[in-house]
Amino acid sequence: MTARFIAPAVMGLLMLVLWEAIVRLAEIPPYVLPGPVAVARTLVADWGMLAPALGVTLTITLEALAAAVIVGVLLAVLFSLSRWVELSLFPYAIILQVTPIVAIAPLIIAWANDVDLSLLICAWLVAFFPILSNTILGLRSVDHNLLALFELYGAGRWKTLIYLRLPAALPYFLGGLRISGGLALIGAVVAEFVAGTGGNASGLAYRILEAGYQLRIPRMFAALVLISAAGIAIYLLLSLLSHLLLRRWHESAIGPEE
Amino acid sequence: MQLVGVRGVAKVFANGVKALDGASLDIEAGEFLSVLGPSGCGKSTLLRLIAGLTPASAGTIEWPAGKPDLGFVFQEPTLMPWATALANVELPLKLGGVARSEREARAAEALDHVGLAGFERTWPRELSGGMKMRVSIARALVTRPKLLLMDEPFAALDEITRRRLNTDLLELWQRTRFTAVFVTHSVFESVFLSQRIAVMSTRPGRVLSELAIPAPYPRTEAFGTSAEYAALCRLASAQLSEAMAA
Repeated sequence: MTARFIAPAVMGLLMLVLWEAIVRLAEIPPYVLPGPVAVARTLVADWGMLAPALGVTLTITLEALAAAVIVGVLLAVLFSLSRWVELSLFPYAIILQVTPIVAIAPLIIAWANDVDLSLLICAWLVAFFPILSNTILGLRSVDHNLLALFELYGAGRWKTLIYLRLPAALPYFLGGLRISGGLALIGAVVAEFVAGTGGNASGLAYRILEAGYQLRIPRMFAALVLISAAGIAIYLLLSLLSHLLLRRWHESAIGPEE
Repeated sequence: MQLVGVRGVAKVFANGVKALDGASLDIEAGEFLSVLGPSGCGKSTLLRLIAGLTPASAGTIEWPAGKPDLGFVFQEPTLMPWATALANVELPLKLGGVARSEREARAAEALDHVGLAGFERTWPRELSGGMKMRVSIARALVTRPKLLLMDEPFAALDEITRRRLNTDLLELWQRTRFTAVFVTHSVFESVFLSQRIAVMSTRPGRVLSELAIPAPYPRTEAFGTSAEYAALCRLASAQLSEAMAA
């Protein structure tokens, strides 16, 4: 257990030391590659500007993730209840998924006429598909004998959905949620980049663009560190949620000799 | 009194496989009947037809006294892994709209009857195969059904566990007097458990012969080693061979 944390921590520390050493020994100027110490210093010095930007990006990410959960689960349930709805709509969900977000972001930004809303739509578009497809898979992965049992006791569609299909789908949904958490952040950042080229955004990606124009490379790195940290935090939080919900009964959350 | 009358039932699946053809069987109220046949002879299909889980392609299933509440035990325990033993047993009552306090009491009682008192809050993954099957039986009996349909319920268990469950099942049956229909491919199991054995042919299945097991209950270990038991097993075995050759 401890090795799981110590090994990557030691590895990371070594890489940082190596990075700093190379930057110093080769006298690489900070506008080409700043060392980790310079990045950390910038992170502290620019915190007053970066923290609100982080707040903006995180807000959009979490809103998009919430919207993805609501729409993804509702659509999955609808699809599971009606074969016809699924047949008619699922191909379009796939089309939305495979179209690169960078390609449609300008359109969405032009149409939505509101920066926050357009960013939200972009991040949501990227995030919702894993939740939809995983939840559909879960709703279908119900033990057939349990379905027969529900039929035997005269449970209708709704009771079967609530007491059988939804609990059975929970592990699959949580797997999708973990993927979507990261994707929502990526979607938000990408959309900010597209919107940012128009000069009207305030999230982290916009700060990166701005710092790039001004050749403030350490600040770019500092913003990048924040985005990565946010992504890792989201992943860890969703993993924790998944563990808490499944630890009692699902194989994925139980050790082999527990 | 006759409980179920299966009259010339046939079942053809969508893929064209004919599982049953002209199967007829009478089931008396309160009896312990085994349906014995080789693998894939349509025994399970017959059970599902009686339960109403799948429609017959031809023939009818009659309920002279009306269709009673019934319980079903599958070959696998078929428990919900996300629910405790108690919640699993409660399920039929919950689906039937029974109030929470009553269904908890009845589910606890059903668990007690299968020898699992004290395991109410246990999760399925923490139970052994035999205990899971006991939970499954408790769930089937919690509604106090008139008819209990069992589809090779102990086939996946080890010999020692199976023997204990057989004995305990008989004890439960004697105490509550439900009608038991027990599908099995084991000659020994069917002779040990039942009053009557219906022997089925290979696919497409139908009931070819019947054999009465007149031995009295309670049937114990002693019955399982008696000469009478051995003779009845020989008889049942001969009928099964005949059915498979037909």
